[in-house]
This record gives sequence, structure tokens and C-alpha cells, in this order.
Amino acid sequence: MTNGKELLLGEPERVFRREESPVLRLNEEEANAAIDETGALDDDHRMILNMGPSHPSTHGVLRLMLEMEGETILRSKPVIGYLHTGMEKTAEGLSYLQGATNVTRMDYAAPLFSELAFSLTTEKLLNIDVPPRATWIRMLMCELNRVSSHLLFQATNGMDLGAVSMMIYGWREREEVLRFFEKVTGLRMNHNYIRPGGVAADLPEGWREDVKKLLEIIPPRLEEYDTLQTGQPIFRERLQGVGVMNPAEALALSATGPILRSTGYAWDLRRNMPYLAYDEVDFDVVVGTYGDCFDRFAIRLNEIRESLKIIEQILELMPEGDYRIQNKKVTPPPRARIDESMEALIHHFKIFTEGFHVPEGEAYVAVESPRGELGCYIVSDGGPNPYRMHIRGPSFVNLQTLPHLMEGGLIADGVAVISSVDPIMGEVDR
Amino acid sequence: MTETEESTEEVEEKIEEYSGPTSYGVPVTESHDQVVLHPTPAQLLETVTLLKEDGFCMAIDVTAVDYLTHPGRKDLPEGLNPERFEVVVSLISHDQGKRIRLRVQAGTDNPTVPSLFDLFPGTEAMEREVWDLFGVIFEGHPDHSRILLPDNWEGHPLRKDHEVGRIPVQFSPEVGRH
Repeated sequence: MTNGKELLLGEPERVFRREESPVLRLNEEEANAAIDETGALDDDHRMILNMGPSHPSTHGVLRLMLEMEGETILRSKPVIGYLHTGMEKTAEGLSYLQGATNVTRMDYAAPLFSELAFSLTTEKLLNIDVPPRATWIRMLMCELNRVSSHLLFQATNGMDLGAVSMMIYGWREREEVLRFFEKVTGLRMNHNYIRPGGVAADLPEGWREDVKKLLEIIPPRLEEYDTLQTGQPIFRERLQGVGVMNPAEALALSATGPILRSTGYAWDLRRNMPYLAYDEVDFDVVVGTYGDCFDRFAIRLNEIRESLKIIEQILELMPEGDYRIQNKKVTPPPRARIDESMEALIHHFKIFTEGFHVPEGEAYVAVESPRGELGCYIVSDGGPNPYRMHIRGPSFVNLQTLPHLMEGGLIADGVAVISSVDPIMGEVDR
Repeated sequence: MTETEESTEEVEEKIEEYSGPTSYGVPVTESHDQVVLHPTPAQLLETVTLLKEDGFCMAIDVTAVDYLTHPGRKDLPEGLNPERFEVVVSLISHDQGKRIRLRVQAGTDNPTVPSLFDLFPGTEAMEREVWDLFGVIFEGHPDHSRILLPDNWEGHPLRKDHEVGRIPVQFSPEVGRH
């Protein structure tokens, strides 16, 4: 704490506490032993309250154990695992080609980012570069996915705070984006579109018109959101000054994405450690000032605008060429080749039965998902399946900020905080 | 117990003999353009403290790998004893725009490494996850409990000797009821 820069970050002491921490470090049994049948703790002023896992504003199956005094939250603990299906174990039994179908089901609101992280890691282990068009298609799809994911946030955040009509609007606009995804990938969600070696298929005819139409539809709707939410006194009252965190705390808690940026700390992997072709497009990193729920809301709203800006540039810069690498050992040969060439048939057969072999080694690649740093760590033993595949889910890590953000707030503010952290439980539990 | 102590000593001796490149006082290798450090569990806290002072401001990830069925890995520095469990810690420096990875040989029977909670409290959930799924013990962790699986779960499913579908999952509390 000597130079000015660190002073600006604030004091992180709060999150280092072992004793008197806002994290309720009790397990089920200990919590049950501490309370009587009404939920009250010994001293009669406090109680332990269970919230979830099937509470409408806990975004899926998040469960919270809350220590309350009246309506004030003292300590809390996110209890997770209700959606744990052992996807990292599953990945060990799937080939690299099948792997994308597995990871895409983690963050179901932004599935393309998991596919991207997985594919980039595999390509790093294989030491291959995908053609430029594949890179730009990936960028286009990911930015559209960021838009759809943030639109979903606008919908659920509005609903959690009582702006129920916002839910309809957010889903409506998201559906427009998903319709384009369906046209390109065949599916609204869980696309399995970005695969090691490139993408599954080239963009369909007329994609430019579709994207241009999206670029026309969405901005005026964002203005409507502004009218409905941003400038609305009741909405602001619910969010401003609620769930505050300073940059030092966010860094110590490994929080990334909008949570870190809301504290005024400008860190975005697209800008700071560019991957794909993000160094060739122009966009702003949106940051907040106070690190409260309102900043987290406003960042996501404005990131939609920045993503649209990127998409506009992609429309102009999209190169022609192949949409996947023509490497017989990694990608299946074009369909027409199979009729002519015995070797092509063999390669096709090998790729879809045994899968391709990846050289021994380990690699970690991270991308900036709508929720923060999404990383993929793969260890290969030289075989056709990953020896170990680990996804660093931003929601899982960001969830740790909840007790710190909710401490001392009302239970209604707790709902606003959960919503502003925007956890996707599929990615938390994996 | 004495056996494990001996093997730790052996590893440390080997590291003293180690003459290859070092960084922050521990053996260093490179994997796909990323720097990888190889501290022993005993060196981990010290190394991470040095890294933190050097601008590595965030612990991005803590995970583990069970090398039971892939023991002969070649990417470790020469002289380092490969162990069954390896804890992998990823740190990031925002000032330098750089990542660094630490691969800690955590042991075979009772894999144990010190907890990084006092340096990076954000590792709390990640270390709980590694304990839950791999059974690696983190000494000094404030809440050393399972996180994804129920408290009464037996075994650590991401271990390689834990077969898929080994434990039939009982969705209903009563046997035979569906």
C-alpha cells in the first residue's frame, strides 16, 4: 500500500477475514445444530434462513444459506452443486470432436464461448492456426452471443427488480439473435458450432442482411430499455449503492468480467490480451465507478452497444476463404471428396470413430465471456480423448463475491445482488 | 507416513541438485508460450508470495490432475519426481499482461498442499472443488468441505480410479421406489 495506484484500489482486508467474515462457513449439519425448529439461533436475535434452490430469483438452482437479523443479511453462503453432472469427467470419455458438444452445455446463455475456449486450447495443443475467415466467423458469433446473453440479463434483472415487462422485452430481442443462430448452426442453444479446426459450417446465404437487420432492430430497443430502466427513479433507487465492492476486493476474490469492471478497473481480455482478431477492431471497454449493482447493470447494457459496434466492423472486414482448416487429421474432408478418394473416406471414418490424436502436453487458454474470464485447461496424453479437461467458469468464481456484496443489506437487496452477479448455474456446477 | 516424508526430502534433494533454468527460485519450463513453474508443496506459498509482489495480482484458477494412468509425462523438468496428483495454479499479471502456471507435485497417497487463501481469498471455492473432486487436502483452508457433491458423498469422482457410473445414484430415498 505504498504507491498511489494501490491506494486507488481500496482496502481488500474485508475479503481476507477468516473470523467475522461475511461468508457463513457452516455445513448443513452444523447449521441444523445451531438453530431450533423455527430457524432461530441461540441468542434469539438472529436466524438462519434458507433461500432456494427453487426460488424464482435465484437463477436456476442456486441455494443460499442466510444468517439474518430481522430483514438484514449478516452472513451468507451460496450452496451449489444441484446441477453438477460431472461434465469434466464426461469430457475424458469424449473425443476432441465430441468435446465441444459437452462444454457448450455449461454456460447455456453463452454457449459459444465455452466452445471457443475448448477449441482454442485444442488448437494450441495441436499447433495449428485456423483460416482467417474461421477466426472472423467465430468473432461474429461470439459477439452476437454476448449481445443475446446480456439481453437475457436485462430481462432477468428487470424481472427480479419488479420491472416485469422488461422480462418480455429482453427475451423478445434475444429471440431475434437466437433466430440468426438457428439459421447458422441449426440450433438456438448448445450449438456445437465452433469446433477444433474452425467452425462447423460456413455462414448461410443472406447472413449479411440478417445481421444488418439485427443491427437495426436492437439499438432503438436499447433506447427503450434506457427509458424503462436507466432513467427511472424507482429502478435506480433499487440498485444504486447496493452491493458495493472496491477493485482490490474484486481482484482478491478473482472476480472477472462486469463485476471487476464495475469497480472502475478496466480489464477485458479482448483488449488487454487479445485473442482471435480483437486487436483489429475498435471498441471501448465499459467500466463503472462505484462497483454497485447499478454499475453492473449499466455495464452490461452498454456492452451490448459495444458488441454491436464490433459486429458492424466485422461485416466490413469479414474475409473470404475457408471456414475450417483443411487438415485431414483434424477436420473431416469435404463431402464431395469422399466419393472420389479412398483416403478421404478413411480419414472421414477415422475422425468420426476414433477421433484425432493430440500431441502430449498441457495448455490453458482463456476468453472473455459475458461473465468474465472463461478458461479451458486441457492435458493430453497423446490419445484421441483429453486426459483431463477443466473449465474455469467465471460464474463459479464470481459467485464468491455474493456474501461480501450482500453483507449488511436487506433481503430484497440480496435479490438485486444475485441478479447483478448474473450466475449461470450450468457453468457454476458443471 | 515416514515414506511420504522421505520422498518429499528426496524431491527437495533432487531440486537442490537441479541445475536447469529456474525462476523465482523454482524450476521453470515453458509450455505453449506460457511460463510454467514447478515448486514443491513446501515452496508453494513462498513462490506465490514472490509472484504476488511481482505484480501477479489475481489467482485465476486452481485445479488438479490425477496422473494415475499417465505416469510417464515428459514435460516436467529433469530431476523432478512425478507424483500421482498435480495441483495446477494459474496466476495472471495485469500490468505485464502475462499468465504464469504453477504445477505442484502434491503426492500420491495423501496429496497435500498449503492453501492459498491468505494470499488470494478467491481460491477458497476452487480449492474446495479440488478437494471435493480429487481429494487433495489444502492445509489452512478456512472451510475445508465439499462444494459440488453432498457432504456425505464417498470418494472423489475425478480420480482416475473412480469409474464412471461406479456409484449408482439413488434419486429417491427409498430403495425400489421410482
